[in-house]
Amino acid sequence: MSVFGDVPLAPPVAVFKLSADFREDGHPQKVNLGVGAYRTDDCQPWVLPVVKKVERLIVEDAGLNHEYLPILGLPEFRSASSKVALGDGSAAIKDGRVGGVQALGGTGALRIGAEFLRRWYNGVNNTATPVYVSAPTWENHNSVFADAGFKDIRPYHYWDAAKRGLDLAGLLDDLEKAPEHSVFVLHACAHNPTGTDPTREEWKQISEIMKRRSLFVFFDSAYQGFASGDLDKDAWAIRYFVSEGFELFIAQSFSKNFGLYNERVGYLTVVARDSENLSRTLSQMEKIVRTTWSNPPSQGARIVSKTLNCPELFAEWKSNVKTMADRVLLMRDQLKAKLQALGTPGTWDHITQQIGMFSFTGLNPKQVEYMIAEKHVYLMASGRINMCGLTTSNIDYIAQSIHDAVTKVQ
Amino acid sequence: MVVSLNLPIDHVSSWWGGVQMGPPDPILGVTEAFKRDTNPKKMNLGVGAYRDDHGKPFVLSCVRKAEELITAKHMDKEYLPIGGLGDFSKCCAQLALGADSEVLKSSRNITVQTISGTGSLRIGANFLARFHGGPRDVYLPKPSWGNHTPIFRDAGMQLKAYRYYDPSTCGFDFKGALDDISKIPEQSVIMLHACAHNPTGVDPKPEQWKEISDLVKKRNLLVFFDMAYQGFASGDIDRDAWAVRYFIEQGHNILLSQSFAKNMGLYGERVGGFTVVCNDTEEAKRVESQLKILIRPIYSNPPMNGARIAATILNTPDLRSLWLEEVHFMANRIIKMREQLVAGLKKEGSSHNWQHVIDQIGMFCFTGLKPEQVERLTKEFSVYMTKDGRISMAGVTSANVGYLAHGIHAVTK
Repeated sequence: MSVFGDVPLAPPVAVFKLSADFREDGHPQKVNLGVGAYRTDDCQPWVLPVVKKVERLIVEDAGLNHEYLPILGLPEFRSASSKVALGDGSAAIKDGRVGGVQALGGTGALRIGAEFLRRWYNGVNNTATPVYVSAPTWENHNSVFADAGFKDIRPYHYWDAAKRGLDLAGLLDDLEKAPEHSVFVLHACAHNPTGTDPTREEWKQISEIMKRRSLFVFFDSAYQGFASGDLDKDAWAIRYFVSEGFELFIAQSFSKNFGLYNERVGYLTVVARDSENLSRTLSQMEKIVRTTWSNPPSQGARIVSKTLNCPELFAEWKSNVKTMADRVLLMRDQLKAKLQALGTPGTWDHITQQIGMFSFTGLNPKQVEYMIAEKHVYLMASGRINMCGLTTSNIDYIAQSIHDAVTKVQ
Repeated sequence: MVVSLNLPIDHVSSWWGGVQMGPPDPILGVTEAFKRDTNPKKMNLGVGAYRDDHGKPFVLSCVRKAEELITAKHMDKEYLPIGGLGDFSKCCAQLALGADSEVLKSSRNITVQTISGTGSLRIGANFLARFHGGPRDVYLPKPSWGNHTPIFRDAGMQLKAYRYYDPSTCGFDFKGALDDISKIPEQSVIMLHACAHNPTGVDPKPEQWKEISDLVKKRNLLVFFDMAYQGFASGDIDRDAWAVRYFIEQGHNILLSQSFAKNMGLYGERVGGFTVVCNDTEEAKRVESQLKILIRPIYSNPPMNGARIAATILNTPDLRSLWLEEVHFMANRIIKMREQLVAGLKKEGSSHNWQHVIDQIGMFCFTGLKPEQVERLTKEFSVYMTKDGRISMAGVTSANVGYLAHGIHAVTK
């Protein structure tokens, strides 16, 4: 008899299963448009030149060791991360009411924030506080908040499949109807998986209702710089909300914009009413970190910190980021043009209107199955494609495959 | 004092008004106080990180060499699988269980890369909370590492204790342990420190481990080993893993947490492993699938750097030999400091029995000092340690061991 005799076999995480299936596939023209990692035009992973440079500096620095970081993380990394999100001239930072926690990727930042909210927000250990995530959203959002103890996780209207854009009316209605103090997870830019962001005017409307109804703002910012190629532009929504006086959390990831996926570099920025509230909040977050991973990993934070804190390296990084963003924008333009040239039924404007790594093509599950089985083009069942998987070599094949899927499969 | 921002909403000044100030971490608090002290003779015997004989952090040569090898390979930075670097998990399990382990040969273990020892314990605790059909109680030795309790508690388990440390002998309370363990309800979880018990440095002898194993088997308890010091305790990795391997041979399907923070000096890189020994491969697959479901919403997948270094060392023959030498060297320095401290106390004229300082093993020493004596040692001699009388031997050097002996004698004579 085993104590684990009754442990059921869990289903694999979809996006990783997709990659596994892709790897097994022997077809010469196979394409992986699944997992969200940047690829060059040769379909290769790309270690940013500035990262290579900084890593060499770190390895060659005999003065560095592998000692524990403080629980909340590398100090230079923490201050630089808040600055990147809120801007150099941030009044909130000057007021001493911004702090944060170095975390393991964006996921880790979300989890620390979620654990804190469950313990200390809207009462003590109020697991009934509703948490709203967009419909659709990154699938791990649900699990993060559920495992943190929240019992009531609800969708808010977001994607309008019919018009292939933002369901603003539905979103605003959900905000009006949500119980006061509900938590809303907002994507700061480059919404995952739809690539559809509110306009600035729409953000203002969202902000007005959230303020009036005392809803909690929890930004997920995984693509700053990667969306438009401009760090400040991509942070507009975050900075607007901060200027409107919200106390909020921002879960930042440096996985994509630094290409540091496997070093797990993330940060939870906390903006509080004042420094006193901030310090009590951080002291409790320390306790949460201590029983989760004790203190965060050093390597990735050192790379990001060195880069952000040195003007020349910072400039080089921004240009590396723009390189990635520009390639994605080019692929969007070209895919739309090719689909239009093929006369593929439907409108394809959403491909260039959407922003960031992902595009919600609008392909339905049957069409997705066809793409995978018949064309060996791997994408998520939701119709989400990673634009980074497109290259000048495969874009014709992909456009033709989409055309065939749309015309042959209803 | 609330900073006015001319905000329209005033009914609540901050969402966090009700958040209490968290108590300072007792161990880190020691380091903070140490930093503020201006006494040139000050000693930090709080945190458990190895220091060389000059009191400096020590980066192992095998680590530096591994880093050079890795840099030359120009690897990408793609996400690791949820369970971590495969090469690492394999050699991590091999290190603990032994290369010829029947468990490994039958592939009936699942080993995942974790965020050092803490991350490993937390994954284990979460797994138990979700899947263990037995009582919610985890039995810790009294005392245990301070962070064990909050880790299990935050995961949803409850904590109980079994007698372990005997303050009258500064040694192992074997009878008390057996007595308490014999009363633990069946299927409860019992935590055992594989070697170099933290904080006491007191380990059971092999014959005692054998009796504990028999009793634990009789009580049908689920064993969770915490092995944070393999190699670091005796200087010999196989000797330090003896208890873990013995229990497995005796048929216990254990849970095991490993850390490479101390034995490879990879503290800040967060390198660790979590193993579940299962009945067979099929069960191991099921357990693995559930561990991934647990891990994904915490941090998605683990960091590469430290695991890559550890795997390179373990899998490259000359680096592995070099590592074994360096671990042996670190352990020996600690042993020497223990001997010098006792010699120093004798020289000072202390009439107390300090044998336990030599008998205890690993980084820590439970001196037997009472809180008032600890306070005096800190106030009058600027020697910083935790209130329970625990000192980190790693903070002792040939230059300051005499001063330490002098201080300890002064507060205990």
